[in-house]
Amino acid sequence: MAMTDQEILTGLGEIIDEVAGVPADQVTPEKTFVDDLDIDSLSMVEIAVAAQDKFGVEIPDDQLKDLKTVQDVIDYVRRSGASA
Amino acid sequence: MRLTEGSAGARILAFGDYQPSRVVTNDELAATVDTTDEWIRSRVGIASRPIAGPDETLADMAVAAGGKALAASGLSPEDIDLVIVATCTPEAPIPNTAATVARRLGISAPGAYDLNAACAGFCYALASASDAVRAGTARHVLLIGAEKLSQWVDWTDRSTCIIFADGAGAVVVGPVADPADAGIGPVVWGSAGDMADKIYIPDRNGFIIQEGQAVFRWATTALHPVAKEACERAGVDPAELAAFVPHQANLRIIEAIARRLGAPQAVVADDIVTAGNTSSASIPLAISRMLERGELASGAPVLLLGFGAGICYAGQVITVP
Repeated sequence: MAMTDQEILTGLGEIIDEVAGVPADQVTPEKTFVDDLDIDSLSMVEIAVAAQDKFGVEIPDDQLKDLKTVQDVIDYVRRSGASA
Repeated sequence: MRLTEGSAGARILAFGDYQPSRVVTNDELAATVDTTDEWIRSRVGIASRPIAGPDETLADMAVAAGGKALAASGLSPEDIDLVIVATCTPEAPIPNTAATVARRLGISAPGAYDLNAACAGFCYALASASDAVRAGTARHVLLIGAEKLSQWVDWTDRSTCIIFADGAGAVVVGPVADPADAGIGPVVWGSAGDMADKIYIPDRNGFIIQEGQAVFRWATTALHPVAKEACERAGVDPAELAAFVPHQANLRIIEAIARRLGAPQAVVADDIVTAGNTSSASIPLAISRMLERGELASGAPVLLLGFGAGICYAGQVITVP
C-alpha cells in the first residue's frame, strides 16, 4: 500500500532526528533543510542513504541538490512510489 | 621441494609514531583560501594539522616512527627481516622507500617493499605482514604507514587543502606459538575500480582531486558491512570492541560508520581533529597516540578499517600490545 504524506513525514522526522539531532517534532513540511533546520549537504547525503533503507527510494546526488524543503522530499518519495 | 615453517599466528608487538612539528591551524588556511575555522570543523572535523617542513622527507618521517616502534618492541635491528612501507606519496617511483628506511634504521638486508592502497594501505600491509609471519617467509616485520600528502595538495583548493596532512605510524609484527595469543584477525578487503575517478591525481604535476559528496555517500553506505564482517570473521562481537579506529578521513564519515556499526563500548578514534587526514599513516598514528594517552589496555580488541582512493578498503580486528 502506498505511503501517505503523513507516514513519509513521520519516517523522515525519525531519520533527521537520528542523523542530524533535530527533534522530529521540528520537522514540518514547510521547513527548509539549510536555513530552518541547519542541515548541511553531507547530512543531506546521510538522510538520502537512510531514506533509501526506510522507504526503498533511491535519491541520487543530482536529484538531492534540488530538494530544498521537507515537503520536497515527501513529494519525491511519494512520486517514486514508496510503499510500506 | 622444502617449504617454510610458519607460526600459529601473528600479533603487533609495538607501535610508534611521528608527526612534523609545524602545525597549520584552520585560521592560517582561512587567511589564504575562502574558508573558516567553523566551516572546516563542522564539515571535516579538523582543528589543525601537522605539515612537513620543506626539507623533511617521507623517509625522514618513516624512519622516526619506525625507530620508535622498533625501540618499543625490545627487538634489535637484526631481528627484522621484512620492512614494508605503506604509502601513496613516495619521493619517486624508484628507489622504493622501504629499502632506504631499513638502511637508515640499521636493518641489514631485509626484504623491503612499498605498498600502495592509498588510505587502506596500512590495513592491506598489516594483513600482508601477518600472512608473511604465519607462512614463515618473515619472522619480524617492521611496517610503517607514512605520507607526505602536503606535496600533492593544491593549497589554493579549499575543498582539499583543509583535509590532508603529513605524518607516520609504525608497528612491529611478530609470531606467536599459540593461536590463542594471535592478535591480528582475518582481513576483509576489497576494491571498487569503477570509482577510480572519485579520488585521484591526474598526472605527475597534478594535485589530489576528490568528489567529496560521492565519496561520503559511498563511505557511509558501503563500509559498515565490511566492518561488521571483519568482527564476525575474528569471532569478536562489535559490542566487545574496546575501540574502533577507522581511517581518519573525515569526522563525519567516522561518526556515520560508527553509528551503523553498533559498538557501544568502543572508543571511536577522532585523531583527525589534530592530525588531519594522513592516508595510510592515520590508523597506526591514531592508535599509537591512544596508547600514549593510556586510553587502551594491553590486549584490548580494536577494529581497524581503512578506505580510500582506488577505491580500496580493508578491515581487521587486532589486539593492542
